[in-house]
Amino acid sequence: MTSRQFNKLATRLGFWLLVAFVVVIAVFPFYYAVITSFKPSSDLFRVELWPSTWSLANYVQVFTQRSFIQAIFNSILIATSVVFIALLLGITASYALGRVRFRGRSTVLLVILGVSMFPQVAVLSGLFEVIRALNLYNNPGGLILSYTIFTLPFTVWVLTTFMKQLPMELEEAAIMDGATPWITITKVFLPLMWPAMATTGLLAFIAAWNEFLFALTFTLTDSQRTVPVAIALLSGGSAYELPWGPIMAASVVVTVPLVILVIIFQRRIVSGLTAGAVKG
Amino acid sequence: MSTTLESAPAAARPQQGRYRSTKVRRQRVRAAWTFLAPMLVALTLVAGWPLLRTFYFSFTDATLSDLSNVFFVGLENYLVYDDGQWYGVLADPIWWRAVWNTAYFSVVSVSLEVVFGIIVALILNAEFKGRTFVRAAVLIPWAIPTIVSAQMWAWMLNDQFGIINQILMALGIIGAPIAWTADASYSMWAVIMVDVWKTTPFVALLALAALQMLPKDCYEAAEVDGIHPVTVFFKVTLPLITPALMVAVIFRLLDALRVFDVIYVLTSNSTSTMSMSIYARQQLVEFQDVGYGSAASTLLFLIIALATIAYLYLGRNRLNLGGDA
Repeated sequence: MTSRQFNKLATRLGFWLLVAFVVVIAVFPFYYAVITSFKPSSDLFRVELWPSTWSLANYVQVFTQRSFIQAIFNSILIATSVVFIALLLGITASYALGRVRFRGRSTVLLVILGVSMFPQVAVLSGLFEVIRALNLYNNPGGLILSYTIFTLPFTVWVLTTFMKQLPMELEEAAIMDGATPWITITKVFLPLMWPAMATTGLLAFIAAWNEFLFALTFTLTDSQRTVPVAIALLSGGSAYELPWGPIMAASVVVTVPLVILVIIFQRRIVSGLTAGAVKG
Repeated sequence: MSTTLESAPAAARPQQGRYRSTKVRRQRVRAAWTFLAPMLVALTLVAGWPLLRTFYFSFTDATLSDLSNVFFVGLENYLVYDDGQWYGVLADPIWWRAVWNTAYFSVVSVSLEVVFGIIVALILNAEFKGRTFVRAAVLIPWAIPTIVSAQMWAWMLNDQFGIINQILMALGIIGAPIAWTADASYSMWAVIMVDVWKTTPFVALLALAALQMLPKDCYEAAEVDGIHPVTVFFKVTLPLITPALMVAVIFRLLDALRVFDVIYVLTSNSTSTMSMSIYARQQLVEFQDVGYGSAASTLLFLIIALATIAYLYLGRNRLNLGGDA
């Protein structure tokens, strides 16, 4: 074997080791959570890479808690409503920003970018007052309202970049046929925008599903909690010994749908994330 | 202008110019504002107005139980000299600790994320079997809710039963278990580690998108000239992807400056890792002192606004807000 061949082989080996290392680091914490969640509580504190006994006890414990089921239901309701509102307001706004030239357009874009950079805690006290005034405290409605602060700017921003890429001829043809802007959006652009809307909707869903600060602050009772807050506040009888088994089971339950979504839609997610930043 | 318009009725009346200056254009601009209105109303309701109220509260003695009946106290929440003592957020050593913690956390974690992000992006940019699988695996940390990843790591970092202590002890790197999240000298590193694990995929994806837009010919030229790949990376690749990396860095920095959930779950309200957001929320919600907490929130907002303005100013040629539709 010549030294050149040897070098080539060593490089290949090094590359594959690096790939393996990256995959292990990325996946291992989730894997470890999964196997912990299937351990009986007697084995919980034995460190092992493959459980010697399997048990569903942690899942049974999590799903017999009414508040956890309620939290999943709340999270689904909130995230779905947030996606719907963000897409509805986002598609019309992105038409205006992406297809029409008008005075003040750059200012509006700058405002949207500014809002997406907002520290959430900066609006906490003001938003608390708004939510209480609208009688939405400790209510999913309050969270749906407050989540538009981060989903809407993002949705508008990404949809605008997609909207700009559509060919001008389509719209000109519609205008020549006497279509109003509303008809143009619903009949011409909407069918073409479905992929982009699916992408942004998915990202908005994940963002709303994962949100913590508002959910922690604007809800009070267990029945109104969302999943992240329910998991963060899971604690056992004593303050010193956390119920790690049920915590891991609950974590796996709320993460598995997201992981499946990511694996199915990875191409879309990648294009949505990069459209929001690179092309912005 | 396309051919569609050349044959259109507007072209038959050249004195009115292109359709942009006609009734159609006016109708379009009006429609644009109509379409923007719901979004602008929503943003005013959830962002603009609450922000103004937060500024206002920071000059009052408002408490969480009573937001309507408040007294104006001037700058007392920020800084006041009373009886030979300074009071207010700016005189609170814990606030300055939180500022330092946040700055330290942001700089260290974003730097690490950029380094690891580039490495992961270079791997994903190479042609190899199973690339799609590796990309999906790398995306998993990004998709896991921050709360869940914090809990997962808290379990792995558990001082008595955590796998990380067990591995390190088996390898002989440490002699006794480390209380990662409770010990003040390690807890910040635990927080940074979790954040880096969770957000490196985002940086990697942006870097990958930049890598895939690079021209192929300079690499072919470098290969013909026999230049070492490492030299090519530092002399060609890195300068070319720097603009895209800067976007990723600013996104991540602004995100890191407002960090809340990962620290809240891992180390709760401990002073050694307290961030500005945690400090402000603790004052607002736990101590019910809306005036004081709003002052801290306002300061955080100003810091982030200044960072954004500085970035926009420095990079205004780069950030194209799109003059053309």
